[in-house]
Amino acid sequence: MADNWQLTTVRWIWIDKFTEFTPRVSATAVKNVTLAEEHLHDLCPDFPIVPHSLIIEGMAQTAGILVGEASDFSEKVILAKIGRATFHRLTRPGDTLEFHAKIDQFSEQGASASGTVTCAGQLVAEIELMFSHIDRNMAGIEFPDHNFVFTEQFTELLKTYRLKMDLTL
Amino acid sequence: MAMSRDEIYAKVQGVLVDALGVDEVDVTPTATLRGDLGAESIDFLDIAFRLEKAFAIKIPRGEMFPEDIFNNPSYVSAGRITPDGMAELKKRMPHMDFTELDKDPDINKMQFTVNTVVNYIENKLKA
Repeated sequence: MADNWQLTTVRWIWIDKFTEFTPRVSATAVKNVTLAEEHLHDLCPDFPIVPHSLIIEGMAQTAGILVGEASDFSEKVILAKIGRATFHRLTRPGDTLEFHAKIDQFSEQGASASGTVTCAGQLVAEIELMFSHIDRNMAGIEFPDHNFVFTEQFTELLKTYRLKMDLTL
Repeated sequence: MAMSRDEIYAKVQGVLVDALGVDEVDVTPTATLRGDLGAESIDFLDIAFRLEKAFAIKIPRGEMFPEDIFNNPSYVSAGRITPDGMAELKKRMPHMDFTELDKDPDINKMQFTVNTVVNYIENKLKA
């Protein structure tokens, strides 16, 4: 049963690759938007745009991996709060989004992160997020021992980035 | 030069407006963080982070809001704070007003107000 569940897990990855990763400090990830993505046709059927919620998700994944790496992925890091999200322009097929995230504060309980989303140098959004280390904040609730947040989908992105860096060096 | 209580209050007010998305007029000295300003559990971490930044201080876990006490059965039993729990709270929270809790130690009446936060920061800056 558990194996079947693994096989049918939805691939929910919203960034394509890291282009910068400074542990505990900052990260930049890239997302290429293509017309082939189904969701682009759902919000405004005749005018494909990326929903703002998915732009926040891209930032949450970029910053979330940065926060998770800060404790060697030993903590289960979840997005707990969107402090602020301000949008300046729409995102359309063919755009390349860059998520620039930085850790503002980090503690045993969680972290705050902020950043900007840009497209060809233009500001798309400014976002502030809070992450919780859930094993330390949900007294009385027990979670599985394995880290179900950082699946291979996410850790693979970082491995790929580091491998590329090693090859470059 | 030490900050006045009014200056501390103004900064705390700004932190709460930013962290909780409330209007400045709602942040009164006696407003409760959960009941009146709608704070949820993650907001307390957010508030602590923002206060650390605003006042350039470090707030150790459990110092401002000692949540561990509420999970300890010898301090809280059947929804009421025990005498041991009350003694521990008073020791660890000199910034809290216990007038109402002394009359009725119902855990639900344990409310952090804006004044609680201002008192905490004032004590912290004096230390």
